Amino acid sequence: MISAACSFAIVAISVSILLNVYRLVAGPDATDRILALDTMVVNAIGLIVVAGIMFGTAIYFEAALLFAMVGFVATVAFCKFLLRGNVIE
Amino acid sequence: MRIALIVLIPFIGAVIPPLAIRAGRNVCTAATAAVTGLALLLLLTDVPAVFSGRVPGLRVDWLPQAGLSFSFFIDGLGLFFAGLILVIGLLIIIYARFYLGRTDSMGRFFCYLLLFQGSMVGIVLSDNILLLVVFWELTSLSSFLLIGYWHHLPASRAGARMALIVTGAGGLALLGGMLLLGHIAGTFELSELLTRGEVVKSSPLYLPTLILILLGAFTKSAQFPFHVWLPHAMAAPTPVSAYLHSATMVKAGVFLLARLWPVLSGTPEWFLIVSATGLVTMVVAAWIALFKDDLKALLAFSTVSHLGLMTMLLGFGTPFGVIAAVFHVLNHATFKAALFMSAGIVDHEAGTRDIRRLGGLRRLMPVTSSLAIVTAASMAGVPLFNGFLSKEMMLEEAAHTVYAGQAWLFPIFATAGALLSAAYSARLVWCVFLGPKRQDYPRHPHDPPLGMWLPVAVLASAVVVIGLMPAIVAGALVERTASAAVGGALPQFHLAIWHGLTPALFMSGFALTGGLALLWAYSSLERLRLALPRPDGMTLFQGSVAGLVRSSRFVLGSLADGGLPRDLAVIVLTTAGLALAGYVQAGPGPLAGTRAALPATIPAVTGWLVLLLACGLIVRHHYDRLAALIIISVIGLVVSLAFLQFSAPDLALTQISVEIVTTILLLLALNLLPRTTPDESSTAGKLGAGALATTVGVGVAALAYAVMTRGTETISDYHIEQSKPAGGGTNVVNVILVDFRGFDTFGEIIVLSIAALTIFALLDSALHGAARRRIRTLRFLPRAGDPHPLLLTVVTRVLLPLSLVVGIYVLLRGHNMPGGGFIAGLIVAIALLMQYMASGYVWAHRRARMDAHAMIGGGVMLAGAAGLASLAFGRPFLTSTFGYFHVPLFGEIELASAMAFDIGVFFTVVGTCILSLATLSRVEERAEQASKQTQVKTGTGAP
Repeated sequence: MISAACSFAIVAISVSILLNVYRLVAGPDATDRILALDTMVVNAIGLIVVAGIMFGTAIYFEAALLFAMVGFVATVAFCKFLLRGNVIE
Repeated sequence: MRIALIVLIPFIGAVIPPLAIRAGRNVCTAATAAVTGLALLLLLTDVPAVFSGRVPGLRVDWLPQAGLSFSFFIDGLGLFFAGLILVIGLLIIIYARFYLGRTDSMGRFFCYLLLFQGSMVGIVLSDNILLLVVFWELTSLSSFLLIGYWHHLPASRAGARMALIVTGAGGLALLGGMLLLGHIAGTFELSELLTRGEVVKSSPLYLPTLILILLGAFTKSAQFPFHVWLPHAMAAPTPVSAYLHSATMVKAGVFLLARLWPVLSGTPEWFLIVSATGLVTMVVAAWIALFKDDLKALLAFSTVSHLGLMTMLLGFGTPFGVIAAVFHVLNHATFKAALFMSAGIVDHEAGTRDIRRLGGLRRLMPVTSSLAIVTAASMAGVPLFNGFLSKEMMLEEAAHTVYAGQAWLFPIFATAGALLSAAYSARLVWCVFLGPKRQDYPRHPHDPPLGMWLPVAVLASAVVVIGLMPAIVAGALVERTASAAVGGALPQFHLAIWHGLTPALFMSGFALTGGLALLWAYSSLERLRLALPRPDGMTLFQGSVAGLVRSSRFVLGSLADGGLPRDLAVIVLTTAGLALAGYVQAGPGPLAGTRAALPATIPAVTGWLVLLLACGLIVRHHYDRLAALIIISVIGLVVSLAFLQFSAPDLALTQISVEIVTTILLLLALNLLPRTTPDESSTAGKLGAGALATTVGVGVAALAYAVMTRGTETISDYHIEQSKPAGGGTNVVNVILVDFRGFDTFGEIIVLSIAALTIFALLDSALHGAARRRIRTLRFLPRAGDPHPLLLTVVTRVLLPLSLVVGIYVLLRGHNMPGGGFIAGLIVAIALLMQYMASGYVWAHRRARMDAHAMIGGGVMLAGAAGLASLAFGRPFLTSTFGYFHVPLFGEIELASAMAFDIGVFFTVVGTCILSLATLSRVEERAEQASKQTQVKTGTGAP
């Protein structure tokens, strides 16, 4: 049962990643692309967690934790750049 | 040990003069003389041993893998040269005390002089030929310092540079030659090498070895056409000219020829190259010397000529030639050093050393004149002085030398050389000391203080004593030296003034009378010289250096024009060419191996698609720098997911954290740069680059496919196997980083810290001067929003302790589970950078308890100390150890010494990230402030 659920989740996440890529390609603004990247990081974390459940290892969860902890920093930096120019002021 | 001390004492003693000069010039001189005297005393204790036929030696391994050992030995040849160097050194030190002026820094001078002395003694006592090359280079360096001693004079600097370039290039050739020689003979120790002459001479590598070694010897001993540097080295103070450029250093080449004589000589190649070079040098330099008006220039060319004479003698390849050469080394050192010092006295007292402005000094400076006339007579080859004896031996050898079937060649040219030598000696004596007294000397000449002429007198008396009683005074020394050089028994010989009516006597007589006749016909000779082409050494040298610079610029410019596309094209094309050559050589084979492929999972295919699309997109958007940066982040994300997929969690974690830090760094830089890249490439260039990239990309993909479908055995299997038993950790990546390849990591963190400090230093200059003015002209658009949004500030502050705990956790468990100092450092750096971003530079900087510089330095030092600690237990640098300890409450824990190393890595990484990013943001802060100020000014200025 759990493996079927995982497979379904993986397909769903893969599709959403491809949708993110569509936004990345289509744009048209830098803001759209930054959002695409941010969402893609979220999806990647989801993918890692699902993979961790599937293979039953804790290592994947740790990786997901780290992705979550540092992944948003890039988004913040991009946003500050767009709004303020200087990232560290 | 005593032998090594003879070499080391001058080096160690070199620190004394700069300190002793505080106590005055006499103390400084006495201290320097004491150092040399001590070395000489130690050398003298070995004299009985050497003369009884023993060869004291010492050998300590230095780099045994490379054949380099710290080994010395004293045989007759070494003893002779070392004695010459130290005795003349002692005289020179006394002379220099009175020669140097009040404004010259005596401490520095003696320091250089002792450095030179140590290097020179090192050359002549080295047993290991690579060690000899090391000392050889040291003499080039110390000679450079001494020639450039008066560094405020352009001539000094030019002469020093020229000497360094010529002798340094020769040293490089010599190193190559010595490596070849050691390779052929199978040993780098001279004491063994000297017995393997036959092996060397029959080797097919003999000729290249010989040429390389001769290049070293000829450049050092100023043989034609490398003699150009020596006359320009005369810009040095006279004690240096007397010591280095006539008595000792320039004889290093002659010494080398004598040292390697048993190994290299006796072949037609040796005879044809060495004797001819010597002959040409002797005659050409003597010819030039005849017309020099500067006393020191005359003596310099005469030195070149006499060095040619010694080289020629060694080139003959006969034991008698060696005897004569050794004897002439001794004689030349005595009379030439004395002459140089006399020239220095004349220059010092009369205020000029231009022959045309001197004359009649015999009455004004009687002591100096008598000493100079005696030594010049020796140089001319007048009987009863020592120069006559060795010159006659030379003529005797030349008289029956047949070169390339021509029996007349050597006798005639050798006589011509001797004749010219007599002529310039006579000109020197006549024009400077004899003749009528003049009234227009720049200074009123008189004899110098005793200390200045005493060294000359010592040498001049040696000239006379050896000249009168050669067999008694020098016979045993020459015999011992020459037999050591030949490496066997010598034929019967006798040093004497009278050998009967030999051809040499007639040649000698002809040379002396002819020399005087030449002086009589000087003005017509001068016209002849002016009619002949006279290439100027300095111009030729500068021309060839300029040519070299031009050609290397051309090569460099065609390979790398400073633009990335060219660099990448060269690298990629070279790599592709090498790969293609390998493929062609191996012959065609199936692309796919036998290994079964993994199933293509949905996430893998998705990742692949994302990567493909993102790469395509970046080609389209690369001119828009921000868009390119966003797309690169996507690529980085997919790559780290791929690492995770292929069971490399360490790499995945590193990749994602590096991505973040890089993005912040690039965004900081982008704020100071234009937003778009200008389009500079032509369409054809773009198409060419595209074709190249596609071809090489397809090639790399094929290669990766071919490798991955084959099961190959790599070193990683060994590493994985040994990780736990040898390194004490189950995380093989971390064990490799901190243990198996610890030295690599240590180098890397040093590079990292250098990079961080360079960024700091470079950007610091952006706050001053021209860069600052340029930054001030940048215009920033008005900004929207809050610089420090409340939500972000609160979230990051709450997150900080959590991130720090995660970082420390990842650091501590790194040895056994994914993690380690590098990843932990990045995580902590990101956590701290978040504070900088959210709460501002000023806020974060004020609260930072640890300075980034201290973190970098402390990290490297900690890692280094962790490595050094293993030395205390007698193990090599960076050996790690581990053990299991029972700690109450925590239970059984494992502690590895590599942990300390990893903590060092951690601190270096944190410090590097913080320092480089914070410095960049500080520059931006200043720029924005300046921009705001100017905007306010112009705003108020407008109505």
